[in-house]
Amino acid sequence: MNGEDVGLFGILIAVLGGAVRVGTPFLFVSLGECLTEKSGRINLGLEGNLVMGAMAGYGISYLSGSPWLGVLVAGLCGIGFGFIHAMLCQQKGVNDIAVGIALMIFGTGLAFFIGKPFIQPVAPRLPSIGFGDWSDSPVVRAALEINVLFLLGLLLAPAMWWFFRNARWGLIVRTVGESADAALAMGININRVRMLSTMAGGFLAGVGGSFLSLYYPGSWNEGLSSGQGLMAVALVIFARWNPLNCLYASLLFGGAAALGPALQSVGITWGYYLFNAAPYILTLAIMIATSSSRRRVAGMPGELVSR
Amino acid sequence: MSKDITDKNVNATIDANFDGKRRQVLKGIAAAGITGLAASYGMSPAFAAKKVNMGFIYVGPRDDYGYNQAHYEGKTAVAAMDWVKAVDEENVPETIEVVKTMESMINLDGTQILFPTSFGYFDPHILKTAPKYPDVMFLHCGGLWDANKHPKNVGSYFGYIDEPVYVSGIVAGHMSKTGKLGYIAAIPIPQVLRNINNFTMAARSVNPDITTTVIFTGGWANPVKEAEAANAMVDQGIDVLTCHVDSPKVVVETAEKRGVYSCGYHANQMTLAPKGFLTGAEWNWSKVYTDYAEMIKTGKPIPNLVRGGFKEGIVKSSPYGPAVSEKAKKHADEVRGKFTEGSMVVYKGPIKDNAGKTVIPAGKQYTQTDIWLESMDWMVEGVIGTTKS
Repeated sequence: MNGEDVGLFGILIAVLGGAVRVGTPFLFVSLGECLTEKSGRINLGLEGNLVMGAMAGYGISYLSGSPWLGVLVAGLCGIGFGFIHAMLCQQKGVNDIAVGIALMIFGTGLAFFIGKPFIQPVAPRLPSIGFGDWSDSPVVRAALEINVLFLLGLLLAPAMWWFFRNARWGLIVRTVGESADAALAMGININRVRMLSTMAGGFLAGVGGSFLSLYYPGSWNEGLSSGQGLMAVALVIFARWNPLNCLYASLLFGGAAALGPALQSVGITWGYYLFNAAPYILTLAIMIATSSSRRRVAGMPGELVSR
Repeated sequence: MSKDITDKNVNATIDANFDGKRRQVLKGIAAAGITGLAASYGMSPAFAAKKVNMGFIYVGPRDDYGYNQAHYEGKTAVAAMDWVKAVDEENVPETIEVVKTMESMINLDGTQILFPTSFGYFDPHILKTAPKYPDVMFLHCGGLWDANKHPKNVGSYFGYIDEPVYVSGIVAGHMSKTGKLGYIAAIPIPQVLRNINNFTMAARSVNPDITTTVIFTGGWANPVKEAEAANAMVDQGIDVLTCHVDSPKVVVETAEKRGVYSCGYHANQMTLAPKGFLTGAEWNWSKVYTDYAEMIKTGKPIPNLVRGGFKEGIVKSSPYGPAVSEKAKKHADEVRGKFTEGSMVVYKGPIKDNAGKTVIPAGKQYTQTDIWLESMDWMVEGVIGTTKS
């Protein structure tokens, strides 16, 4: 193998590894948002959940010494924020988008405020499983260091897909999201379904945040999230509200984010601003391609259209 | 749409101006009150003014293991002296926000000398605010002040951090087995490029085959991208990583996790990588800020430009990590000694850039203090990367 082969192979490995490493927070937040939107509500506040989860996860891991307790508390924070969102949105005349934006700002601000003392200390991180240990190449070994949270996400996506298609509760969530009137006629308590969906979605976003601080990049500071929580919301539209597509889309976004650094590392240096902007350009392109004022986007829950 | 935005900006400016005026009025009232009080209690205003009043502004959190922490440590040192009052604010964006912070420090805290430490505060924010407060000194960390263009109550102070970076490069050159070094940098501005060039030239003075790969992340704080860059570099066989971003924490920790060496920046990151940390380039702002405080106390004029390296005590190297060989230590100490006595010249021709063009011809040399070096826009031979986007 000559030098260039190693380089190109390296790019491929780095992008694939990056897809998993960078994509995991996207996966959790987008699955959470998917669940919430299926019930007929948009929660734009998941960025707040993500940052709050990152801070809480890191802080608890540092204080207790257990990163898994950190993940759990991060999820609980997410549930708390989901509860506030659902509680406010079920009041008369309250707009869920506005509440989401308020919660996003509130969540980030609160996390910055409480998180001050946790920027410096080093907390125990989540372990990973070395799926590449068979390989002699340190490159392959590093790329195949997979975090358990990603594996959970990998299981969760098909599970949620099955849940929406076959489970009784999944069908109830979909009914509420498709037509509130029909759900009412069936005697379903719409507010309760939406509250539970938003809280569960919030939990997943919080867990996604803890992945950022407890695994990759694995430290808490105020610039930790570069809008992953918001991009994941756009990603749900791209994924057409299908949990399986959320998985693929998250990996695609993760890989796009890894592309810029990987290319520069082998000396391909032109257009690095462009490559660094790749995930955002992808988001924009998706939004433009999928939005239309005339027709409903395929797969979009009915309640999200009729507002 | 664009008109809408313009209107908003205009409004914001008007608001800010109005705010500024109102604060000035308030200041007037407050000053009158204090003078009145001082008079009635028999205190002379001169006595009240004896306390040196300093204000510090950081762009990020003050405990980031990096740039902001280094300044905060400097502020803590001056604040410990009982004749100094020091106020600070962290996480101030490089927008109209910094103007508000500066004005409130001047008008509400009575700050005489301001240290807005981030690169982007200078133009236009400091330049626009300074003429309004001719009695206040605005000292910006960086190399941007120009006697011909800028107000007299503005100044720049900066250390030759590239000197300890050069020393790091010597150590990196000795310790690298693959001959490939990695530099993760924010954006290609002169200070960043000078560090990259120094690091590379130092390493190549040990082993002329060494290369430094550069990755620009496009921002001062972008942890995910920094981690991704570090991993991609290690994947390419790079075995010593260093960086020029606001907080080296992520890069140093990622290097340790991947089992490669790292050189720190801004502050001491040894505790983050107990095995692979080699050494690092650190600021010594306590010295600089104490000097300024003394100048004000004794009534000496404050110079508009303050510069210094190892010799003046403005920069220092982090202690060596356990992995550093005796040979590397000896060589590095030797080079540091030369910087300290002022005999070290890094930019001595012939020097080529990484496109093969001769930048400094043979026989020509630029000493550390040469202002030409502060407009650097090229990368030296041996650097893999480009400054163009």
